Parts: sequence; structure tokens; C-alpha cells
Amino acid sequence: MSNAIFRLILLVVLFGLSFASYAAANIEVDTPTVASIKHSMQSRHAQLEPHYSGGAVGFTRDGLIAMRDANAVPLASRGSVNALISAENMDRNALYREIARANNHPEWEADIRATFSQRWIKLAKSGWWYQVSGGSWAQK
Amino acid sequence: MKNNFFYISLLTLMSFLLSACVTINIYFPAAAAEKAADKIIEEVWQLEDSEETERKTE
Repeated sequence: MSNAIFRLILLVVLFGLSFASYAAANIEVDTPTVASIKHSMQSRHAQLEPHYSGGAVGFTRDGLIAMRDANAVPLASRGSVNALISAENMDRNALYREIARANNHPEWEADIRATFSQRWIKLAKSGWWYQVSGGSWAQK
Repeated sequence: MKNNFFYISLLTLMSFLLSACVTINIYFPAAAAEKAADKIIEEVWQLEDSEETERKTE
């Protein structure tokens, strides 16, 4: 009788073990909020892309974007580009916060931001600008 | 009786392993995060799509 109970406990522990290892190796990104942020960023990207290649907008070290060279944008459209940048940064901040929250580790937000910051730059097309340590800009 | 002792020690060992795994989960899984970030960036920038269109136009 006690043998059967021990077997049962062993089984439960083993299941717990496999679930814990699974949870440790994965990052949850499939939430409705992440999907809607992604969609919003995706539709904005077509408007931002010319400014990335034109050098007006660059990638910062904290996973956001910033106006790098305002002179690359005609005076008339400078306001709309600034609006695009702040909308994009709001989405990016929300994305990092939401991923941390979805994984039940809000304190991971800074790590997620740092990871994204590196990956945006790594996957950026050649000719796009990014910020290096010290705040100066470099071109891919 | 001897059999019970075996199971108790096995159970103790498994509990230690389990707690070790839970501890690991407290640390940020950098490799998994990098993969997840790449997936999201590719979707936002539609990198795979542009490759497909390039292939189609070839």
C-alpha cells in the first residue's frame, strides 16, 4: 500500500520536474496584447523604413528609436516623423513590459529591452543607423 | 522495508532536482529571449516576406 503511494508521489514529482524545465527554457510571447502591438508596429514600419535608410531615424541602445538627423527630413514633415517616433517608442515600451508580464517576471523588462536592443541592430539592414556606447551613431 | 528506503531516497533526489529547476527559472533565459525577439522583429519588419518576394521575382 505505502509502495503504491510512493510510486504516485514519484510520478507527480517527475511531472513537476519536466514542467519546470519546460517553463525555464521558454519565453511566452503569444498573448493578444503582444499580437496587437506587433500589428501596430508592422503597419507603422512602412512609414518609418524610408527614414531608417535615409539616416533621419536611428536605433538607440535602450531598444527604442530616435531622430538622428532632423535635416534629412523636410521641415514640413518633421512633425509627422516625430509623431511616428513617439508612437513607435510607446509600442516598443509596451511590448517589453507585456512580454515580461506574460512570463510572470515583470523584473525581466530591462533584460528583454536589452535583448531586443541588440537584435533590432543585428537584424537592421545595411545603411541603417544605430547608437553605440557614448551616444555616437554608427552605420550598418 | 528496504524497498521503501530506496523510494524515499529517490524522492529526495527528485525534489532537489525539481527545486534546482525552479531556481533556474528565476534567472533570465537569454537564449530563448533572443529567439523570441528575432521572431517578433522578423514579423514586424516582414523580413521573411521580403525574402519570399525576392525569390518569386527571381
